[in-house]
Amino acid sequence: MSQATATEDVREDGVIRSVSGPVVTATGLNARMNDVVYVGEEGLMGEVIEIEGDVTTIQVYEETSDVAPGEPVENTGAPLSVDLGPGMLYSIYDGVQRPLDELERRMNSAFLDRGVDAPGIDLEKTWEFTPTVEEGDEVAPGDVVGEVPETESITHRVMVPPDYEGGEVVAVEEGSFTVEETVVELDSGEAVTMHQEWPVREARPALDKKTPRTPLVSGQRILDGLFPIAKGGTAAIPGPFGSGKTVTQHSLAKWADADIVVYVGCGERGNEMTEVIEDFPELEDPQTGKPLMARTCLIANTSNMPVAARESCIYTGITIAEYFRDMGYDVALMADSTSRWAEAMREISSRLEEMPGEEGYPAYLSARLAEFYERAGRFDLINGDEGSISVIGAVSPPGGDFSEPVTQNTLRIVKTFWALDADLAERRHFPAINWNESYSLYRTQLDPWYREEVAEDYPEIRQWGIDVLDEESELQEIVQLVGKDALPEDQQLTLEVARYLREAWLQQNAFHDVDTYCEPTKTYRMLQAIKTFNDEAFDALDAGVPVEEIQDIDAAPRLNRMGTAEEYEEFIGELESDLTEQLRELY
Amino acid sequence: MKEYQTITEISGPLVFAEVDEPIGYDEIVEIETPGGETKRGQVLESSEGLVAIQVFEGTDGIDRASSVRFLGETMKMPVTEDLLGRVLDGSGNPIDGGPNIVPDERRDIVGAAINPYSREYPEEFIQTGVSAIDGMNTLVRGQKLPIFSGSGLPHNELALQIARQATVPEEDDASEGDGGSEFAVIFGAMGITAEEANEFMEDFERTGALERSVVFMNLADDPAVERTVTPRLALTTAEYLAFDKGYHVLVILTDMTNYCEALREIGAAREEVPGRRGYPGYMYTDLAQLYERAGRIEGRDGSVTQIPILTMPGDDDTHPIPDLTGYITEGQIYVDRDLESQGVEPPIYVLPSLSRLMDDGIGEGLTRGDHADVSDQLYAAYAEGEDLRDLVNIVGREALSERDNRFLDFAERFEDEFVNQGYETDRSIEETLGIGWELLSTLPAEELHRIDEEFIAEYYLEDETEAAAVEAE
Ligand SMILES: Nc1ncnc2c1ncn2[C@@H]1O[C@H](COP(=O)(O)OP(=O)(O)O)[C@@H](O)[C@H]1O
Ligand SMILES: [Mg+2]
Repeated sequence: MSQATATEDVREDGVIRSVSGPVVTATGLNARMNDVVYVGEEGLMGEVIEIEGDVTTIQVYEETSDVAPGEPVENTGAPLSVDLGPGMLYSIYDGVQRPLDELERRMNSAFLDRGVDAPGIDLEKTWEFTPTVEEGDEVAPGDVVGEVPETESITHRVMVPPDYEGGEVVAVEEGSFTVEETVVELDSGEAVTMHQEWPVREARPALDKKTPRTPLVSGQRILDGLFPIAKGGTAAIPGPFGSGKTVTQHSLAKWADADIVVYVGCGERGNEMTEVIEDFPELEDPQTGKPLMARTCLIANTSNMPVAARESCIYTGITIAEYFRDMGYDVALMADSTSRWAEAMREISSRLEEMPGEEGYPAYLSARLAEFYERAGRFDLINGDEGSISVIGAVSPPGGDFSEPVTQNTLRIVKTFWALDADLAERRHFPAINWNESYSLYRTQLDPWYREEVAEDYPEIRQWGIDVLDEESELQEIVQLVGKDALPEDQQLTLEVARYLREAWLQQNAFHDVDTYCEPTKTYRMLQAIKTFNDEAFDALDAGVPVEEIQDIDAAPRLNRMGTAEEYEEFIGELESDLTEQLRELY
Repeated sequence: MKEYQTITEISGPLVFAEVDEPIGYDEIVEIETPGGETKRGQVLESSEGLVAIQVFEGTDGIDRASSVRFLGETMKMPVTEDLLGRVLDGSGNPIDGGPNIVPDERRDIVGAAINPYSREYPEEFIQTGVSAIDGMNTLVRGQKLPIFSGSGLPHNELALQIARQATVPEEDDASEGDGGSEFAVIFGAMGITAEEANEFMEDFERTGALERSVVFMNLADDPAVERTVTPRLALTTAEYLAFDKGYHVLVILTDMTNYCEALREIGAAREEVPGRRGYPGYMYTDLAQLYERAGRIEGRDGSVTQIPILTMPGDDDTHPIPDLTGYITEGQIYVDRDLESQGVEPPIYVLPSLSRLMDDGIGEGLTRGDHADVSDQLYAAYAEGEDLRDLVNIVGREALSERDNRFLDFAERFEDEFVNQGYETDRSIEETLGIGWELLSTLPAEELHRIDEEFIAEYYLEDETEAAAVEAE
């Protein structure tokens, strides 16, 4: 249940029978599956995960040291839910939506204590509510009844909860209210507030899923250029440690052109979340010029925080994403890392002594992964509007071996695959996304958008780039045996062009002020400049100029500086004419 | 306190006993053998009427007639500043013949997680004086940066060199004794040999470091299960000194491989479903609960920096111990067998090494403006030279272009001059970057496209490139 409201259900309390790490069993507890319970004298939050006769098994979201058999267990009678309403942006939560800043205050400590609870949204704070309905209007579930300016960039749309009946508006308020005060009343007797609750393990309703046709522009050349993800699409980014999963996820959270970003740090490093908390308020959203944090909600259940809350943090994140989708927004959710989520499932499952499947993961691993990614998509909403959730999941395969169950089960579901490569990372080729192994199944359906918004010949020039890179991989095999100088001149030139594609275009420094974000037009122009070099160079070669002379022209190495060039239009324009001039001078 | 003589089963490091009162999970237990020996353990699972106990000091000598006492609390570490200069065993008892320790406080050794919201992002450069680290894998205060090594490699020498030489340059300039934070070393040994332990102790004594150190010793012939406790005692002490007393604490934990073996042993005794290569499925979580105890906290002066050392079984970094470690720590430093046999000291292999916190710890005002670019370029050039080594074995040097020959020469000199500095040489970051530029200047300036043109204009050495051109011909 969410912490904001208690339910009036009949409670029946039980007693602890056994304690083993995060798994506690209790007897005498009259609970349903997934009910939230408070465990022990300290009231540690937990969730019912198995019921067998009179014995209820509970996963506890906090440390259980010192908890003993015989202590009480109290049932709330409600499933694990999130509090939804204004105040989620700019926030940082743990895996069960407790705000970490509020926990610091309540615990009066920099360390996470136990048994302290806090609602997901501030129940006292007032918000400026402006209705968008009048008395006498008919409203149905999902309909927007008013607006709240939540942050400098996001208007919060207050909706009739999906589980309401709806009806005719009989009273409307305007002005400052807390999230629990009624702002709209219906003739059904239902009162709409700015606060909703929703059980995290249940998808919020929507109508049909539609084919996504707009890219989620990431500002990353290799993604926008070669392996785009759609708004409403799914992507996986697997790779060994140190290959760039987190940096890529952070780059997407910063620069992707989504309205809302939900970033889930699931079982990863504390400092990586701190970095986001420190950086995002300072950075500007390139679309709106407003602080990035104004569109961001963070969920941080780091590797040293309780494992059961790691299992639930993914659900907390996706439910919050769905709520913003229901307002008609394009939401992007990053989960770093889904492997830690899967491992949390495995850890709990093994404590339950369930029959292990592949590599000890529970047999329901693939079903859970599929259910999660299924909650992504471009949807027709129940209020007739449209909204989307794009999901990008990092995967951390043991030993970097992609044949393991989490990677394999994920690849069966997602439509974009960004394969990170330790070898590229070692030579500091970043992003270390392997262009031979990666793919995007959205490419074709997004082409019309690229033709329309970027350049008519975008798909063709991209195909040229792919062909050159393919040819390079084949030639490299020969070079490994005989050396580059043994190749015919035209092939040597192809290798040179491919080198520029890799070093000047595919590489992108996430820590460089300019290079970190590359708009699609720049991505296109940079590719065009390399193609100009290619075309002019081959003309020169045909005219009998030796390949060394072509490679040695002054202008060519400047291709490597396009990414960091601030005034790129000017820079690239000049470069192209210098390249042309210098190459034509050779013959 | 009630005593039970109700042991029903003894299995590996585990003892099962019947009880008639509720016993808390994780609670500390004392078991007295008929021989009069007292052993300590911890409750691993508590159910009505029955508890499973993990015995730290090994179960030998325990029989069903032994008596069991539950102390009613979880494991605590007595902490005080007076611990500095002391040598303790792996369970925290003094073994240096010194006075009894009068604690300020007794702290739970499991340690609560730092609230990510309360952390401060680490970005203070620590100069270790080792070029391969400072120049290319910079360590910062509050980082956890392990050494990935193999058995028989000189990881201890490297760790000691870091402990000896580590300074924060700016603070040294700002004069001593300005009331600023002091530096302390915590050394946690798990299952290392007495010989290795002496190596550390002698160095600590020789350099006077012992006075500002706390040493925890679990040696190879000490009980294996105790190894699961030793790092927690060490880190509890580190947190106390850092966050309560304002010290900058460097924690060296060695050897994490022995720690993980102990976890595996306990898992097997509990008949748990094993994970990869027999290690417990929760090893990631367990290791994270150690490694994540590094960091900085907003509003506190001190810091906890960790350098865990691990020997990779079979030098294989996909083995679960290095693999899970690398997924948690903020980078890793590889000590390499080939470089070692070439005589490179320290034999750090930079290509797979990484410091994830480097980007924010270096640059203008911190180290030097060109630092990041120089590092990137050194990586790229060395990687290219390394690739060519394979090729040159097949086609010979003559078949390579002049450009390729220059990269090959670069790779040689990089290992000989940049990495191979010896264990006694302490280089300033200026010196390190200077050597970097000297080597990069053997390559044509146009090849240095990772470096901003402005820095090339400032630091590139024209003489070097001419000499290299002659060489490569
Ligand atoms: N696009 C990038 N630009 C520059 N450096 C990068 C980039 N991607 C990764 N890196 C480097 O690689 C390191 C590891 O990346 P990270 O995303 O933390 O890896 P992972 O999450 O896969 O373990 C970073 O600390 C950074 O130094
Ligand atoms: Mg990561």
